Amino acid sequence: MVAQVVKLEKPAHSTLPSPAPRVPPQKGHVLINRVAVIFGRGAGAHAAVEETSLDIAPGEFVCLLGPSGCGKSTLLNCVAGYVAPTRGSVTVDDVPVTKPGPDRGMVFQQYSLFPWKTVLDNVAFGPRVAGRHDGEAIARTFLDMVGLSRFAKRYPGELSGGMQQRVGIARALANYPSVLLMDEPFGALDAQTRVMMQENLLRIWSEFGITVLFVTHDIDEALFLADRVLVMSASPGRVIADLAVPLARPRSPEIATEDAFIRLKRQCLERIRVESMRAFDQMNQ
Amino acid sequence: MSVEANLDLGDVDEHELPAGSPHLVADLRDKLMATGRSWGVRVFAVLIGLGLWYWAARVHLDFYIRFDNVPSPVIVGEAFWRHLHETKFYIHILVSMRRILFGYILAAVVGIFLGLIMGRSRFARDFLTPYIELLRPIPAVAWIPLAILMWPTEESSIIYITFLGALFPIVLNTIHGVEQTPEVLVRAAQSLGARRVQIFWHVVIPAALPSIAAGLAIGMGVSWFSLLAGEIISGQYGIGYFTWNAYSLIIYPDIVVGMLMIGLLGTFCTYGVRLLTYPLLAWQRRAR
Ligand SMILES: Nc1ncnc2c1ncn2[C@@H]1O[C@H](COP(=O)(O)OP(=O)(O)OP(=O)(O)O)[C@@H](O)[C@H]1O
Ligand SMILES: [Mg+2]
Repeated sequence: MVAQVVKLEKPAHSTLPSPAPRVPPQKGHVLINRVAVIFGRGAGAHAAVEETSLDIAPGEFVCLLGPSGCGKSTLLNCVAGYVAPTRGSVTVDDVPVTKPGPDRGMVFQQYSLFPWKTVLDNVAFGPRVAGRHDGEAIARTFLDMVGLSRFAKRYPGELSGGMQQRVGIARALANYPSVLLMDEPFGALDAQTRVMMQENLLRIWSEFGITVLFVTHDIDEALFLADRVLVMSASPGRVIADLAVPLARPRSPEIATEDAFIRLKRQCLERIRVESMRAFDQMNQ
Repeated sequence: MSVEANLDLGDVDEHELPAGSPHLVADLRDKLMATGRSWGVRVFAVLIGLGLWYWAARVHLDFYIRFDNVPSPVIVGEAFWRHLHETKFYIHILVSMRRILFGYILAAVVGIFLGLIMGRSRFARDFLTPYIELLRPIPAVAWIPLAILMWPTEESSIIYITFLGALFPIVLNTIHGVEQTPEVLVRAAQSLGARRVQIFWHVVIPAALPSIAAGLAIGMGVSWFSLLAGEIISGQYGIGYFTWNAYSLIIYPDIVVGMLMIGLLGTFCTYGVRLLTYPLLAWQRRAR
């Protein structure tokens, strides 16, 4: 399959097919408004995220890319509602985020399935606590979507890491959230499984038209998945680059060998290098 | 690569499955053999102990510890056999069992409740910790005078003492279990829309269950341990009373019979507790 380069933000190339002829998503508009997060007080105070503003469109797939400790998780947790910003605010569809909620599905880096519940009960958990009686039917639909129907009655401890993460994705989606927040969800997986999971995720995303905010420190992963890559840099954590990824969809792993991909990767590395040099110089002044 | 092939990747290969099922029969045989061997060793160990005891009593061993007045296992066995044919012996056992049952169930309910609220609420923890820490080291025997003064009947004071014995291990283990609840699971439940009560029920309690089960088993042992002290108060019945009575009448074989009976019943009841909590922890054994 030949990937086509499409400038998504400029729909001028009418000759090229649009990636998915579906209704544009209405929900999942994430607005990060001058958010800063400072941990600790007084002399021990430490800015994990410096004032950051972002506007993420409904249905957009955004990757937060950056080295360890640069504040990716902290920023994501502000959207999730686990961390209250020291300054600024986050809104999702114009509703201010004050606490975690089912409108923002979360997939964690560590395995976070309830080990005492079967795979099916894990996925049905969200609908059930919301008081729905069709929790099991919903759970079966989503397990089907991640290809794990046959494991419905198993316990998480009996599944491989990759399978557990897929159940985690199904569980987050079972609440029909408008935003999916993913914190290095494939970080612990081997390279092959990771590629498979990435394709799976893109397929699900294209079916749902859900907004995804995806944290990673892997440039290839970010470029393969995203419409837009936000490059973060450490101490203090801030967004240093906002790159559009105008690669055609659907994407397959071979895309990584194409010129357009390599150009984007070089551009990305360049930004990171310039920024780290600048930070290094600043430190030595 | 085609799009169809991409979609197929969504399905699971068989080799991703944990191995095991085809070798079910062989597995079962291995398991049975391992269990058989394990029990063989246990019986063998008991026989060695009995043999040493018999020998020490026989030769009136006097090497720092003295066995010249210790009844031999044969004499104890005879006494045991005799008591097994008396209705009164069974009454002693049943009366003790009833006291354990009341004291223990009360301790389980109160202990798990206190442990759960202490594990989740800072205030409850700070408020109750001084009581738990202060009362915990006090041995059951030391409670006897106060127990008699405080409680209206003999029976209730004995139950109180067995209750106290079981209470502390259950409370402490429950707190420990609640504290071990992985934060990421609480966060996951929050983001799935669970309210506080639902998180408590679906996350905190199951996470604490293995530790609670351990506390329940330990608590059962300790409540038998305390029973002997409690039954000093008792006027006529109970296996602890039986042992104290043999002691005051200087019937050595009966003292040992009473001791062994407490040991046996304690083991039996602890096993019962493990059996009851076993199905609750099925998920743990199925993890690989
Ligand atoms: N609860 C907290 N209290 C104090 N400091 C924190 C807390 N959480 C994060 N930090 C600090 O904030 C900074 C950013 O952390 P964060 O977890 O957001 O980084 P990250 O980019 O997700 O890193 P990684 O890729 O390793 O997960 C780090 O220096 C970290 O030590
Ligand atoms: Mg992180």
